[in-house]
Amino acid sequence: MRIILQIISWIALGLTILPSMLFCAGMMELPTVKWLMLVATIVWLGVTPFWMGREGVSSPQE
Amino acid sequence: MNDTTQKHGSLAEEIGLPKSEYEREPVPKKSLLGFKSFIGMYAGEHCAGTELMLGPLFVACGVSAFDLLVGLLLGNLLAVLSWVFMTAPIATRARLTLYYQLEKICGRNLVTLYNLANGVMFCFLAGAMVTVSATAVGVWFDFPMPGLNDLYPNSIGWVLAVFFVGLAISIVAAYGYETVAKFANIASPWMVLVFFAFAFVAMPQLGVTSFGDFWQVAKENIWKGGDPLPGKVKFTFWHVLFWSWFCNMAMHIGMSDLSVFRFAKKSWYGVASASGMYVGHYFAWIAASMLYALQLYRDPSNTNVLPGPMAYDAAGVAGLICVIIAGWTTANPTIYRAGLAFQAVLPKQSRAKVTFITGMIATFAGMFPAIAMKLLDFVSLYGLVLMPMGAVIFVDFWLLPKLGLKSYYAELTGISFNWAAGLSWFVTLAVCLLLTWNGHVQIYFVSLPGWFVAAAIYILVSLVYQKRGAALPVREGV
Repeated sequence: MRIILQIISWIALGLTILPSMLFCAGMMELPTVKWLMLVATIVWLGVTPFWMGREGVSSPQE
Repeated sequence: MNDTTQKHGSLAEEIGLPKSEYEREPVPKKSLLGFKSFIGMYAGEHCAGTELMLGPLFVACGVSAFDLLVGLLLGNLLAVLSWVFMTAPIATRARLTLYYQLEKICGRNLVTLYNLANGVMFCFLAGAMVTVSATAVGVWFDFPMPGLNDLYPNSIGWVLAVFFVGLAISIVAAYGYETVAKFANIASPWMVLVFFAFAFVAMPQLGVTSFGDFWQVAKENIWKGGDPLPGKVKFTFWHVLFWSWFCNMAMHIGMSDLSVFRFAKKSWYGVASASGMYVGHYFAWIAASMLYALQLYRDPSNTNVLPGPMAYDAAGVAGLICVIIAGWTTANPTIYRAGLAFQAVLPKQSRAKVTFITGMIATFAGMFPAIAMKLLDFVSLYGLVLMPMGAVIFVDFWLLPKLGLKSYYAELTGISFNWAAGLSWFVTLAVCLLLTWNGHVQIYFVSLPGWFVAAAIYILVSLVYQKRGAALPVREGV
C-alpha cells in the first residue's frame, strides 16, 4: 500500500513541474498548465500525508 | 521545563531533531545525526513565504542581471562559509544550545533580555509572513491591497483579511503547532517545485524562447538595472552580495544555529546549509523576481508587490495555495518561537496563551504593509540586532582563553548579568544604528564592521571586568 501511495505522490510531484516546463518549451497552453498544477497539488497534499513521516503504513503483503 | 528547554523543544520539533533533550548538557555521541538530516532541514526552512516578497523587492531596487545572479551566488556562498567556519565548529565542540551557552557567558538576566529582543524580531517577521498569506485572500475577495510604498493599511478589506488569516495562524500556532510542522514537511518538496514552475511560466512570457537568448532577455526585460522604483534604494552588486550573506546573520554569525549543529557529527556538515541557500535564497528569489518582472513588463505602472496576485497569474489556484501555505507554514513556527521567547520573560503564563497573544500582535503588525514592503531593511535590522551576541560567543569560545581570560564567566562566578557581554551588545547596536540613521553607512553593510566592534568591546571590557571581578567567588565544579 505504502509503495502505491508513494508512486502516486511522485507522479503528482512530477505533474507539478512538468506542465510549466512544457509551457516554457511552447508545447502547452497556460490554462492547461494551471489546471494540471492544481490537480497535482490536490493529489500531493491529499496522498502524501498518508505515507510521509509514517513508518507503520504498509500492506499485509509487505 | 525551563525556558531553554522549551526553546530548544520548539526548534527540534520543527526541524525533526530529537526534541526536548540535552537542554543543559552537551549532546552525547549516540544522539548525533547524519549529514542528510541537515540538508532536508535547511532546504525546507529557507524556501518560505517571504521569498515571494524578497525576489520582487530586488527588482524594485533596480538590480541588474549580473549583479543579482552573481551577487546572490557569492553572497550565499559567504553565508554557507559562515555556517561552516563560524557556527558549526563551536557547535560541534561545545554541543550546547545557543541559550544555554549564552546563559553560561552572559548570565540569566542578560539572556532574558536577549530572548525578549529575539521575540520582538520574530513577531515582526511573522507579521510579514501573515501579510504574504493575506495577499492571496485579496485575489478571491477583490479588495484594495497595499501598494509598494504604503506604510499603513489602506482598506477595511485588507485589515479583515490579515485579521482572519492571522487569527487562524495564531490559533494553530498555539494549539496545533506540531500538526502544521508535519504538514510543512509534507508541503516542502511540492512548494519548491511550484517556485520553479513560476520561473518556467514567466520566462517565455518575458521573451525567453531558447537558452541562447536568456541572458539578453534577463538584461533587457527582467533585471534591467537603472534607477530603482520611487521610494526604494538602488541595489548594486555589493548590496546583493552583503544582503544575501547577512539575511540569515542571526542564524550563522549570530550563532542561533548552534542549537541545530550541536547534533552534527562533523563541523563540515555546515555545508548542508547550501541546500537552503541555493534552493530558497537563489532559485526561489530568482523565480519570484521573474514574476514581478513579468507584472512590470505587462504594465509598468503596476508596481505593487503582492505575491498572491502574481502567483495566481502565473500558476492559477495552485499558485495561490502555494502563497497561503508558504506564508502559513513559516509564520507558524516563527510565532511559536516568538511566543516561547516571551514566555521565558513571563514564565507563569501558559505557553498556548502567550503564543496566541504573540500571534495576534504579529497579526496587528502584519496589517501594516510597511514591514513586508521594507522587508529588505527589516531583515537587515533583524540580523544586526542579534549579531553582537554571536561575536560574544565567538570571542568567548576561541579568543578569551588565549588572552588568559575565563570563558563562560557568568557560570564561573554566578553573576546574572555579564556587563562585558551586555555592553558589547548595547554599544555595538547603538553605534551601528547611529551610523545608519545618520546616513554614513547603509544598514546592509553596517553589520560587518559591527561584528568587529562587538568583538573588540567584549575583549576590552572583559579584560577590565574579569580583573575587577577576580575577587568574586568562583563556583566549584564548573
